[in-house]
Amino acid sequence: MADDYLDIFQQSYREEALELLAELEDSLLEWEENPADPDLLDRIFRAVHTVKGSGSMFGLDELASFAHEVETALSLAREGALEVSGRLIDLTLAARDLIQTMVEELDGGDPPDPDAVQALKADFSALTQGKGGDAPPPVETQGGEKTMGPETWWVRFEPSPDLFRRGTRVTGLLKELRELGECTVAARTGRIPPLDRIDADACFTFWDAVVTTEKGEEAIRDVFLFVEDDCKLIIERLEASPHLQAHAPMLLEFLETAEDPGPKDLKRLVRLAEDLSSAESSAQIRSKAKARKDAGADEDHSKALARAGREASGGGPVRAGQNGKGKNGKEISSIRVPAHRLDKLVDLVGEMVTVQARLTSASARLADEDLRRVSEEVERLTMELRDNAMSCRLVPIGTLFSRFKRMVRDLSHELGKDVAFSVFGGETELDKTVIERLGDPLVHILRNAADHGIESPEERAATGKHPQGTISVTAEHSGDYVLIRVADDGRGLDAEAIRAKAEKMGLCAPGAELSDRQIFDFIFMPGFSTTSRVTGVSGRGVGMDVVKKSVEALDGEILVSSEKGAGTVVTLKIPLTLAIIDGLLVAVGDDYYVIPVSSIEECVEFTREDIVRGRGRKTITVRGEMVPYIRLKDRFRLGVSMSEVEKVVIARAGEHRVGFVVDQVIGDHQTVIKSLGPVFRQVTDVSGATILGDGSVALILDVQRIIRDAHYEATV
Amino acid sequence: MNDVKSQAAARRKALTDDKVRSEAAITLVTFMLEEETYALDIGQVREILEFTSVTKVPQTPDFVRGVINLRGSVVPVVDLKLKFGMKQTEKTVNTRILVTEVDVDGDVAVIGALADAVHDVVEMEPHEIGPPPKIGTRLSVEFIRGMGRKDDEFIIILDFEKVFSSEELSAVQSLEDAPAGEETGLAEEPLDEENSVSDDQ
Repeated sequence: MADDYLDIFQQSYREEALELLAELEDSLLEWEENPADPDLLDRIFRAVHTVKGSGSMFGLDELASFAHEVETALSLAREGALEVSGRLIDLTLAARDLIQTMVEELDGGDPPDPDAVQALKADFSALTQGKGGDAPPPVETQGGEKTMGPETWWVRFEPSPDLFRRGTRVTGLLKELRELGECTVAARTGRIPPLDRIDADACFTFWDAVVTTEKGEEAIRDVFLFVEDDCKLIIERLEASPHLQAHAPMLLEFLETAEDPGPKDLKRLVRLAEDLSSAESSAQIRSKAKARKDAGADEDHSKALARAGREASGGGPVRAGQNGKGKNGKEISSIRVPAHRLDKLVDLVGEMVTVQARLTSASARLADEDLRRVSEEVERLTMELRDNAMSCRLVPIGTLFSRFKRMVRDLSHELGKDVAFSVFGGETELDKTVIERLGDPLVHILRNAADHGIESPEERAATGKHPQGTISVTAEHSGDYVLIRVADDGRGLDAEAIRAKAEKMGLCAPGAELSDRQIFDFIFMPGFSTTSRVTGVSGRGVGMDVVKKSVEALDGEILVSSEKGAGTVVTLKIPLTLAIIDGLLVAVGDDYYVIPVSSIEECVEFTREDIVRGRGRKTITVRGEMVPYIRLKDRFRLGVSMSEVEKVVIARAGEHRVGFVVDQVIGDHQTVIKSLGPVFRQVTDVSGATILGDGSVALILDVQRIIRDAHYEATV
Repeated sequence: MNDVKSQAAARRKALTDDKVRSEAAITLVTFMLEEETYALDIGQVREILEFTSVTKVPQTPDFVRGVINLRGSVVPVVDLKLKFGMKQTEKTVNTRILVTEVDVDGDVAVIGALADAVHDVVEMEPHEIGPPPKIGTRLSVEFIRGMGRKDDEFIIILDFEKVFSSEELSAVQSLEDAPAGEETGLAEEPLDEENSVSDDQ
């Protein structure tokens, strides 16, 4: 059991740390652009501090001590003792990467190179040497808060019962508290239930402390930073009094019964403690304290009510998203939910949609007015439910883009190029799984842009361009799709060179008439690379075909446009979601197929005259244009006789149009996509299956793939 | 999906544990293909269904009869008789689908197998099971885990992991290049060839 908790706890630490590190990276890159911005420095400092703090709470001492070095340098920079330089930023970025390696090590990753850790530590101490001297690492004087004379605070730390389960070590927290200054702590054990009702994993204890420190409330609050969401924390300043610490035990005794005393009560208590600790009679003390408690009972009650109200509105021990966690952050704007629960929800909604389709068809059959009304209601609710459940899985694509910033920066340094990287539309949302699977293809495209696209500063200057190249990534919605554009202002694709290479590889006939689009399409062929040079970055001839495959696996499309000398734009067209699509249900013989509506242009009649007019070629004339057609009956070898009237569904993939000949077009179908599983891995014409209202299975045609295959065969 | 995987993993573990435990008796589900009795380890059989309508999937060999809807999941159904070079399974009152869990290249796949009839659940001691015969069976020795003998009757114990290995399933691949709109007769030939090759192995 304990191991399970530890796992859960470690995992949540890992997730949070990785999130923080991602944030840190963003801030650092921003900082590089605006080194003078003190807010950024604060954000960076806080991120490092938090990673360090939670790391040491989990016993990651190496990580903590390393992060500590970074923190020292940053806090010197905050004080102005250390100049903000490119070197500091580079070192901090490198440190961030090492910390990430350390965090990933928890998950079975490789441990960081100890030499690298030492080297970086040395770099940091070289940087801080002589600046702040060997001054003790500054304990944060948060947000520029002035340090003042010693003040005495009463701290009540009342953790949620789950505290231990999350792996928090209270002794660590209290130790940190003691380090702030003079401190007296009392553990409150009054709430521990009798043995038969005790839960060994739960925390029933709470703590009171009287702390005298110069560091202010922030510093105390920071001690509890990582458990703030899971506990009730009261920090009240006690009236300044030089001897208060001496009376602390007495004061704590009074405070034991105090529920939520106001400043006035506290003042009275302090005075009482001071008076009485010098007096002798402990009996007297107790009775007075009791009297105070009784007198204050009514007041306390109303306060307790008010507090209960506050807590209720804040929600219980729900884990708040990092961003919503302000100082008084009781408002919870986001909840962290394990992805598999969301997947389950979406699965269930999928089932629901299927059942609803059955209900609709049953109600149509039974022609009962009441049933029809209910079924319509259910239909409406199901659609709403579907949209909502789907939107839960949507994640802004910016989470992916932020990774690229760093990559492009490092890459352009490595290649000796000057590249300005910008991102637009990071708030555009896409299905989580889609985003995950977009990472690698986009990395490939960006690498190509930086390596092959952007010229060296000298070359750029020579052609009259600004020495700094630009690469931009833009995301935007377009109907049921998201368009992601990667644009650079580099040298562009050389259509002639690509053509020559394609002819050499036998991909097209010499001198064939090809549009630029068709020529550019060759770069997606396996093994196609016009660069003779292989760098560590790209040029190995693997890449664009893999990119294309992964985009197509997402049911997406990839388009390239380029002008020689002016730059290249690669556009990815990605469907919003993968789980449920709008489909058109068609019948061929006894079988049903679904064609994704997103690919369909129109449906037309198909008659024997069309066959005659085609004169042997399998084409049909639609609005004056010749469109090749595929007869599904033949393609799938269904061996049923031709029906008198057939329909053609005209579908489009890229610039190619193909007609699919079917027996019957049945109508719209909300298609819940079911995977066909490993057995059908080799099947290319069908991308999945769906379950119809009557419980039978219909196959979903991979129209894009069929059209492209057909076109490819026609050109070769 | 994960549930299925972990269940299957647990079951497989239980199976190997069983083996470790001094080759204890194994429990088998017996079924008929034509006149012969075959068997599968009960740990691999998830449930037994009546033969309902099957949706044919293109670009698959004939022995893959298609897919069925099993309470919301799409499950492939294979015709063992076609796979083993017998006649296609016809639908009768006794025809059943054995829903099994098979490891296909590390992925747990749920696969339905057609049987002319499902008979019994039997226990067999290790000494009742012999090695696969070298000759004299219609199907490849590779697919056979062992030959059981019960009351003068031979039982062919199958190794489904082998029957459904990716090589066996990839017989599909040869069909992939069938050009769009090709006439029926032309494309069918490579399929038959492919089948006979795999059957003779």
